[in-house]
Amino acid sequence: MADARADILAAVRAALAGVEASVDPAASPPGVAAGPGTLDLFCERVADYRAVVQRCGPEEVAATVAAALPEGDVVVPEGLPVEVEGARVDDGLTALELDAVAAVVTGCAVAVAETGTIVLDHGPGQGRRAISLVPDVHVCVVRADQVVPDVPDALAALDPARPLTWVSGPSATSDIELDRVEGVHGPRTLHVVVVEG
Amino acid sequence: MSRTFVGMPAFPVAARTALADTQLRHNLAHATGVIRDKRARVVAEVDGWEELRLAGAAVKERALHGLDEHLLTLERKLTANGATVHWARDAEEACAVVAQVAKAHGADEVVKVKSMATAEIGLNEALEAEGVAAWETDLAELIVQLGEDLPSHILVPAIHRNRAEIREIFLRRMAVVGRPAPDDLTDEPAVLAAAAREHLREKFLRARVGVSGANFAVAETGTLVVVESEGNGRMCLTLPEVLVSVVGIEKVVPTWGELDPLLRLLPRSSTGERMNPYTSTWSGVTPGDGPQEVHVILLDNGRTRALADEVGRQALRCIRCSACLNVCPVYERVGGHAYGSVYPGPIGAILGPLMRGTGDPQTDSLPYASSLCGACFEVCPVRIDIPEVLVHLRSKVVDAHRDEPVPKPEAVAMRGTGWAFGDAARLGLAERASGLVGRVMGRLGRSSLPGGRRAAGRLPGPGAAWTGARDLPAPPAESFRQWWARTDGGRADGGRTDGERADEGHVEEARDG
Amino acid sequence: MKVALQVTCLNDALFPDVGKAVVTLLRRLGVDVDFPEAQTCCGQPMVNTGYLDEAVPAVRRFVEAFDGYDAVVTPSGSCAGSARHQQRLIAARAGDPALASAVERTSPLVHELSEFLVDVLGVTDVGAYFPHTVTYHPTCHSLRMLGVGDRPRRLLEAVRGLRLRELPAARECCGFGGTFAVKNADTSVAMGSDKARHVRETGAEVLVAGDSSCLVHIGGLLSRQRSGVRTMHLAEVLASTEDRAEAVR
Repeated sequence: MADARADILAAVRAALAGVEASVDPAASPPGVAAGPGTLDLFCERVADYRAVVQRCGPEEVAATVAAALPEGDVVVPEGLPVEVEGARVDDGLTALELDAVAAVVTGCAVAVAETGTIVLDHGPGQGRRAISLVPDVHVCVVRADQVVPDVPDALAALDPARPLTWVSGPSATSDIELDRVEGVHGPRTLHVVVVEG
Repeated sequence: MSRTFVGMPAFPVAARTALADTQLRHNLAHATGVIRDKRARVVAEVDGWEELRLAGAAVKERALHGLDEHLLTLERKLTANGATVHWARDAEEACAVVAQVAKAHGADEVVKVKSMATAEIGLNEALEAEGVAAWETDLAELIVQLGEDLPSHILVPAIHRNRAEIREIFLRRMAVVGRPAPDDLTDEPAVLAAAAREHLREKFLRARVGVSGANFAVAETGTLVVVESEGNGRMCLTLPEVLVSVVGIEKVVPTWGELDPLLRLLPRSSTGERMNPYTSTWSGVTPGDGPQEVHVILLDNGRTRALADEVGRQALRCIRCSACLNVCPVYERVGGHAYGSVYPGPIGAILGPLMRGTGDPQTDSLPYASSLCGACFEVCPVRIDIPEVLVHLRSKVVDAHRDEPVPKPEAVAMRGTGWAFGDAARLGLAERASGLVGRVMGRLGRSSLPGGRRAAGRLPGPGAAWTGARDLPAPPAESFRQWWARTDGGRADGGRTDGERADEGHVEEARDG
Repeated sequence: MKVALQVTCLNDALFPDVGKAVVTLLRRLGVDVDFPEAQTCCGQPMVNTGYLDEAVPAVRRFVEAFDGYDAVVTPSGSCAGSARHQQRLIAARAGDPALASAVERTSPLVHELSEFLVDVLGVTDVGAYFPHTVTYHPTCHSLRMLGVGDRPRRLLEAVRGLRLRELPAARECCGFGGTFAVKNADTSVAMGSDKARHVRETGAEVLVAGDSSCLVHIGGLLSRQRSGVRTMHLAEVLASTEDRAEAVR
């Protein structure tokens, strides 16, 4: 296909003859500013997606997570700082095995207040992409200091070399009469535990 | 060359059929009404939306203006990240690469993320011809595929279907291709979505090859981005061993940071959400996580032709949000099929002719499928001036016919009008002729408009297109310029400007549309 | 201030009373408006159908006719939009630098009627009297090409005796669209029928708009439907006073 490559590049150059490209990245207006209300905004926006949001102190995390878990097997990634009793640590479970698991508990890399988004970069404490996808319940532990105000802050904080998953509420669809329904292929329940202090 | 639906008639004919379908009219009016309101609400809460639109346009413009360099950077980074990059001039070349990859792994099926690029190139049909089944996993695409239907919207290809029709399709067709729909299936959207979850799960869990498009491709980092809602995208991007992504060359974003305005603009414009449920990004292969063999096909298929059009090139900024479809009064009434391609609505009416070139009657009818009301431009998150491009493409259609020995009646009429408008005296002559008509009709006209002015009845020939459903007021006995000249702008008539003629008594004056 | 009326080709030929109403209104406000008789058309009918070469003579006539005036007033959002946004493209197409610079001179001088009244003359109460129930359709080009905003509304709200009813889905296009109305007549009529239905729902006696082109379309439907609703141009309503009612009788 070397000729396809050459042809396309030649066609692009011919189409752009005389057009000057700008060297500097285009600037974007700032997002919402940080403030004392950032964490409240995050919780409010996550709840808007019909996800469950709970706030707790560091000593209550284990209990809050445990209370959020349904009956059945639970999987956790390596390096999760929260103790989850009886949970299986992922050691390369197949998709079929994960399908039999009821819930997963992970941390996140960053969270976005304005959009109510948690972002996983699938490092330690977050695990492979598959483990937070196949089980039907996802419990995500977010430290208050991980919450940034808006999308530009999140992009600046993330490493694009890593695979990233931005999660804003449970899976959803509006494909039937534009009527929003929560719960399709991704986890049908998203439970966000926000740890303060 | 992007496809058109086989045997599709020109827009006005297809539109007439669609307009007669009352169920379709109802489904579309409801769905577009819902999504318009949602979009308006989440856009209104952003301070500086206009600045964000400008930034979005600037990012895409910069990407297009340096496209050759950005594509080379993208290729270099992807390769360094462990991906294999392919280039495809057209649909056939792109489909061949996907088929080749599937066959190399002995796969007789692939799972697909919703992707406009793969719909554009007719990938499913091409794979089927090679003995590979392509399963659509987006709910709306699944509805279209099971219903052996055509897509009618960019974001929600089954927007023309209502819940009762979808239930019927699921009951009839799911069993043919996999897990059947439950017998007690109702038409509740949540129940229908649950049936789709069950039906597709076995396909996700066993699939070895996934196929996707990409919303954005970041050159600097070699990162592909897929924006979705249901999690079917994550399934296809994560579980299979092999992933093939078909990416239009215009999807390039130069740097990671420049995703910012686009990620803020797209969900609000598209689904009317602050953020879509899932956005996945990946930069080549990640050892131990997700597909370990990653292919990226960079697709031209008419994009460089569009890029060469100085006015039309802005259409390549499009981020496929569908906001222009949802606000378009034409789309709302005729739906997507009338546009005859996978790209319907205002953006389709410009993208099709730009990518395929003008010349066939169906494509040439698309730039005229608009009242030029400008609602599309108003909502476009990357400020594509669609009306401007529509008018530009109309001129290309007209110019392509200029040398024909026998001009079309419209061309003759336009030349005549242009000639009359070149000189006020010529125009005055034409108006005096019409005034004569007006005086005759004033006495003989078929009916009276409210207020007393005579109306023209049903006219023959081209006038019938107007008078089929609309009355037309008879021409007045005297044009404005005649009145001005006769009365010296009303001064000679004792300052009267109310239309009373001193020499001819009463002239019907109340005007109605 | 030397002010010229661009009456528009449609009003000239089919709705001369709209032009007369503008003259009446402006004279009442102390503006001695002139009608340069060399004028023909802004060129829009040809441009929007794709016949750019055919629009060149009209644009030439336009800039010649209005050369030397301080302001050009037109009772049409669409024609003002064409003069301000399309004529420079036509001049470029003609490859005539003299025409291009003439267009650059005249196009900023062209004002749609409500813009001229509110922005140039600085009035919203033009001293009109119109004792009827009306609803107002904001036409697409005045709304989106010119951005006239609520100027026409403010003018109507200041008219004595006038009762203004809210038009549902007011911002949606009526479906006229120039040659769209005949090239895609079915779609045009479908759009117009919804607009006409919304107009009837308001219970207004009169539908008012700032473009005769949209009015001839919506009015043609209202008339065929025997709705009894009349259509009037904004200029005609604003020209009406206690002494002389425009048009509605």
